[in-house]
Amino acid sequence: MKVTINGKSMELDCQTAFEVREQIGNQTDLIILNGFQIEEDCKISENDVLTIIRKGYMPEEEELESMMMARHTPNVHKKVKEGKVAVAGLGGLGSNIAIMLARIGVGKLLLIDFDVVEPSNLNRQSYNISHLGMSKTTALKKQIEEINPFIKVETQNIKVTEDNVSELFSGYDIVCEAFDKPEAKSMLVNVVLDQFTDIKIVAASGMAGYDSSNLIKTAKPMNRLYLCGDFENGARIGQGLMAPRVQICAGHQANMVLRLLLGIEDV
Amino acid sequence: MKVNGTIISLDKSQSLFDFLKAQKYDITKIAVERNGEIVPRATYKDVILDDEDTLEIVRFVGGG
Repeated sequence: MKVTINGKSMELDCQTAFEVREQIGNQTDLIILNGFQIEEDCKISENDVLTIIRKGYMPEEEELESMMMARHTPNVHKKVKEGKVAVAGLGGLGSNIAIMLARIGVGKLLLIDFDVVEPSNLNRQSYNISHLGMSKTTALKKQIEEINPFIKVETQNIKVTEDNVSELFSGYDIVCEAFDKPEAKSMLVNVVLDQFTDIKIVAASGMAGYDSSNLIKTAKPMNRLYLCGDFENGARIGQGLMAPRVQICAGHQANMVLRLLLGIEDV
Repeated sequence: MKVNGTIISLDKSQSLFDFLKAQKYDITKIAVERNGEIVPRATYKDVILDDEDTLEIVRFVGGG
């Protein structure tokens, strides 16, 4: 039977997943069959994708990619890997969105921010003490290299304005609006929808404070515009931005990006 | 005219800009779609609203 094992196509004389493990690994190895980690033995069929992972062992680079991708449903992974997504603003939303998109294996990411990491970012943004003073683009790119080195990451240390939108985002499928200021959010949404006919934009509005998680939702108020948040709670004096709701909102945005990459346009 | 799903009646002919001002929208923090097309911000004063129009107005609040 022809199956793929740890990224390599093989002809094996096995009927079940445990038989495959017995042949090429040992009993304590994890088995992932077509994206799902199995605990009990399972019959296998022609063209199945199996990944056998020995815990605590650092695989060779070529094996690593197939092991990392093992949890992605095979056909889903292929589409996601072809995706090109830009993240505009690398604060609480953008840094967390970028990390999630890297984990799901989006093939090409563009990270844009003009700022450096400073102490007040650490309450909600995906940075550490060791990143203080570093540009956000560099700090995030370094983290992504540690999480998923198999994706292409481009960075731009630049302030996004009406004049550079078309040059920056040309060639991308989706733009994530992850700015802080409402004027910047409005500018990016307006200009992307006006200057491109095909790019979709996933924006955010309203995620400050500690109001109910369940108020944060994804909507599609306009053609090609997806909006995540509670649409009400802006950051203001007495209502700061906190990690949980910011990350919930980032999760909404990242999941909408995933859905769009898979061809699903409903929220 | 339909605005964000609600039918409203216009009492006089007016531009999109005047309508947004009257409704107290801050035009630097919104996006407007008219009949399925984004309205470029520079043209708000040139767009004269019609009873048949469908508007979607998205307002952005700060935080990210």
